[in-house]
Amino acid sequence: MDIVTKPKLSRRIWDYTLLTVLALIILAPFLIGLWTSFLPTMQIAQGNFLSTKVSLQNYIDAFTQTPILRYLGNSLVISTATMIAQLIFCSMSAYAFVFLKFKGRKFLFGMFLATMMLPFEAEIIPNFQTVKALGLLNSYSVMVIPFLTSAFGVFMLRQSFMQMPIELKEAADIEGLGHFQFYWKMVLPYNRIPLMTLGAYSFLGAWNQYLWPMLTTFSNDFRPVQNGLRQLQSEETFNDWGMIQATAAIVVIPTLIVLFIGQHYFKSGVNEGAVK
Amino acid sequence: MLKSPAQSTPTSPLSVEKTKNKIADQEAKFTLNAKDKYFAWAFLGPSLLILGVFIFYPMVKTLYLSLFLTNTVGKTTVFVGLSNYINLLTSADYLSSLGVTLFYVFAVTIITIALGLVLANLASKRLPGIGLFRTLFSATMGVSVSVAAIFWLFIFNPSTGFLSLASTFLHLPQIPWLTDPTAAMWAVIITTVWMNLGFTFLILLGAMSSVPTTLYEAANIEGASSRFQFFHITIPSISPTLFFVSIITLIESFKSFGLIDLMTKGGPTNATNMLVYRIYKDAFYSGNFAQASAESIILTIIIALFTLLQFKVLEKRVNY
Repeated sequence: MDIVTKPKLSRRIWDYTLLTVLALIILAPFLIGLWTSFLPTMQIAQGNFLSTKVSLQNYIDAFTQTPILRYLGNSLVISTATMIAQLIFCSMSAYAFVFLKFKGRKFLFGMFLATMMLPFEAEIIPNFQTVKALGLLNSYSVMVIPFLTSAFGVFMLRQSFMQMPIELKEAADIEGLGHFQFYWKMVLPYNRIPLMTLGAYSFLGAWNQYLWPMLTTFSNDFRPVQNGLRQLQSEETFNDWGMIQATAAIVVIPTLIVLFIGQHYFKSGVNEGAVK
Repeated sequence: MLKSPAQSTPTSPLSVEKTKNKIADQEAKFTLNAKDKYFAWAFLGPSLLILGVFIFYPMVKTLYLSLFLTNTVGKTTVFVGLSNYINLLTSADYLSSLGVTLFYVFAVTIITIALGLVLANLASKRLPGIGLFRTLFSATMGVSVSVAAIFWLFIFNPSTGFLSLASTFLHLPQIPWLTDPTAAMWAVIITTVWMNLGFTFLILLGAMSSVPTTLYEAANIEGASSRFQFFHITIPSISPTLFFVSIITLIESFKSFGLIDLMTKGGPTNATNMLVYRIYKDAFYSGNFAQASAESIILTIIIALFTLLQFKVLEKRVNY
C-alpha cells in the first residue's frame, strides 16, 4: 500500500517487528510441539522443557510401536478415492445442468442447492442405520460412498462451465461431437483449474473428516489418521507426550510441505490459465 | 472450517450472470431436445442417487424420528407430535447448550475475522520478503483437527503444559485451562481461531490485493492516515468477501465437533457441550434417538437460515 510515499526506516523496522512477532505467535504451537517431540517423555513430565537430551527416539517409537503409517495410508486411500469420485460425478452433474436441456432442470438444480443447507452432522442417525443395513460398517467404502458427490462441487463447476465461450459448443456441434465426447475432450480440459481446485477441496475435506469415521470404523485396518491420533491418545494411559507429539509431527509435516508447494503451484496455475 | 482456496471469489447461486458470449447466454435459445433427457439421467444419475440416499432421505427420516419416541435401537414406538421439541426448548440443559454454542460461534467468528484482517492488512504491504510472512501466516491451513488438538492440549496441560511452565517461570497465577468451565471454553475458542486463521487470512489477503491501488494513491495525496484508509477504503472494498468468510466461519463453528471431542468431551460440567456433540452423545451414548433427531432438526434450521442469508446477501453483492 505504501507505493507513493517511500516509507521511513523506523516505519519499516516497526512493520518487520510486528510481522515477526505475529508469525512467532502463530507458529508457536508448531514449534512447541516439534521441540517436545525430540525430548524424552520423562523430561517433559518433570517440566524440563529446556532439557538438552534431544533425540529421535520418539520418532523411532512412533514408527515401530504405533500404526501411524497405517493410519496415514488409510487416509490417503480414502481421500484419493473421494477426490477422484467427486471430480467425475460433480463434473458430470454440472455438465448436465449447463449443456443439457431437459424438463425439471431448474427444479433439480434447486434441489442440489438445497442440499448445501443441510448439514451432514444433523443426519448421522439415519445415515448410520443405512450403512449398517448395507453391511458397510468398518470398511473404506463407508467413508467414501456418502461423499462420492457434493452439491458444492456441482455448483462450483457449473459456475465455471457457464463461463466457457459459446463458440466451443458451436464448433463441437459442427464437428458432430456427442455429449460424452464434448464433455471428455473439451469441457474437462478447458476447466482444469476449477477441477484442480475442487480436487484439492475434496481431498482436504475427506482428510479432515472426523465424526463420520469415528462412528463407522472400529479397527486400525480402516481407521483414518484423524481418528487414529485420537485412538493413540486414549491408549497412552501414561501420557507419553514425547511420542504423541512425534506422531502429530509425522502427520503435519507432509501436509505443510504439500500446502507450501501447492500454494506456489496453484498460483502459477492460475496465472497460466489467465494468459491462455 | 472449510480449508480450501476454492472460494476466493464469492459467487451466489441465485445470481444471474450477465456476460457476453458465454454458454450462459444459451438460456435465451432454450429448446427441449428429446435425446437430452436420456443423457441428463446418465450424467445426473450417480449424484442424484448419492444425494438422495445420504442427504434427502436422512433429513426426512430425522424429521420423522423427531416426532416419535424411540427405543434403544432407534425404532419408533409412540407418536408424540412436537413434544420432543417442546421438551428440548423448555429444558434448561438444552438451552444452556444452545447458549454455549452461540457464545462459541460468535466469539470464534469475531476473533477470527478481526485477526485475519490485521494479518492480511499487514501482509498486503509491499515489503521485501513479505512472501515468507504470507506463507507462515497461512500455515495453519495445513493443520487438521487432531493435530491441532495435540498441540494445544500440550500447551494447556495443567501439570506439564507449556502455559503452566511459563506461568511458573514468570510467577503468574496458574489458569486451570481444561478444568475450569470458562477457561475450557476459551481454550476451545483459541484453538478453533488458530485453526481457522490460515484460511481466513488467505481469502482476505486475496480480496485486499484486488482493491484498485489508485484508491490508496488518491488517499495518500489527500494525506489520509493509514487507519483512515483501512476503515474507509479497504473494509468497504472487501465487504463481499468479508461477509462471505464471516458466514462460512459462523456455519462451520455451529458444526464443531472434533475439537470438542478431543479437548473437553463437552465438559467440564457441560460448559462446552455444543449442539453437534450433544446430538452424538444423546444418540450414540444414551440411545435417545428421538431427542437427538429433534436436536438435529433444530441445528438444520439454524444452519439453513444462515446459508439462505449467505445466498441472499451475496446475490445483492454487499458493496458501497
